[in-house]
Amino acid sequence: MEYINLFVKSVFVDNMVFAFFLGMCSYLAVSKSVKTATGLGIAVLFVLVVTLPINYWLNKYLLEPGALTWINPEYASIDLSFLSYIVFIAVIASIVQIVEMVVEKFSPALYSSLGIFLPLIAVNCAILGGSLFMQERGFANVGEAFSFGLGSGFGWFIAIVAIAAIREKLAYSNVPKPLKGLGISFIITGLMGIAFMSFMGIKL
Amino acid sequence: MDKSIFKNPFFKANPITVLVLGICSALAVTVQLKGAFVMALSVTVVTGFSSMLVSSIRNSIPNRVRIIVQLVIVAMFVILVDEFLKAYAYDVSKQLSVYIGLIITNCIIMGRIEAFALGNKPFPSLVDGLANGMGYGMVLVIIAFIRELFGSGTLFGFQIIPQSWYMANGGFYENNGLVILPPMALIIVGGIIWVQRAIQKELQEEK
Repeated sequence: MEYINLFVKSVFVDNMVFAFFLGMCSYLAVSKSVKTATGLGIAVLFVLVVTLPINYWLNKYLLEPGALTWINPEYASIDLSFLSYIVFIAVIASIVQIVEMVVEKFSPALYSSLGIFLPLIAVNCAILGGSLFMQERGFANVGEAFSFGLGSGFGWFIAIVAIAAIREKLAYSNVPKPLKGLGISFIITGLMGIAFMSFMGIKL
Repeated sequence: MDKSIFKNPFFKANPITVLVLGICSALAVTVQLKGAFVMALSVTVVTGFSSMLVSSIRNSIPNRVRIIVQLVIVAMFVILVDEFLKAYAYDVSKQLSVYIGLIITNCIIMGRIEAFALGNKPFPSLVDGLANGMGYGMVLVIIAFIRELFGSGTLFGFQIIPQSWYMANGGFYENNGLVILPPMALIIVGGIIWVQRAIQKELQEEK
């Protein structure tokens, strides 16, 4: 039950895009058609779900203050948390590389449709942001980290598919010239964020 | 050296409003001017120096692993900035929380490294990185100015709107609570883009 609550909260209340502005770069750049947006959304969801538990274990058994006590109780005073940025980003970059190779080998069709977006995911702020939020909130076990990853990935997926659908329809409307394209996308995202704020405080 | 390397990032090729890079961290730290200022400074430092370092070793990085190499270099500078802030400006560093770490994935830095530093000498890369960081910081400060002034009635924490204007003291004024909330930052950026593109017609998009 706790996991479901965390999942729902990270999809709607703490949405990566609308509440924390994470992953905005690719969110704005790749939301011109629903099809590509869906592909990128699934890729981000997948990488988040895989990297969060790995980074959780690394944080717990390597980086936290006193995390090395499982080797030797004398190491209790060692604090490696200043290394966490480098460790997290290295894990993310290598997972993305592995995912890219696996997808290329076993599903060339999916690879060609995702192709260009896969390497980009390594620098998607939503992924690193997920790991950093996980570290900051100090989840109690790996299940919580997993459902947080699943929830925030799914929230990002919903956001990018929704804005892509709106932008496809927007092509037929009469927007003031200086606002066309980028400007109106920002304002729509803002309005969607206000709509998502109505979920604030829900609890299961 | 070409002067446009320094000049362009401020208006004509601004990283936020024209190139759409680095939005992620731009919006979350703009509730108060102080945070925005520190963030702008940190990004400028990291962009400038990591561009310079990548550019000076650009001929010895193998192409296949260059993303990881670049990320590690950027992460190193971000760690330095983070430790520095923790030591000398602890309250700001707490307020910015994860967004300092997220400078690593700030698209401006990777964007400038990929687009400029990999093909240019170290000194122009340093200038390009610093100028892009400042162009980014300029937009950040404009947004934070609007949000702090209308949302809290203060600038840098000092009261600007006179206390006697407030409803509570028998006046006519009330802070706009919506401006502090995340979605309003996006709408303000949309407004800034609107103003800029109304002045610079060549930036307008067809579709």
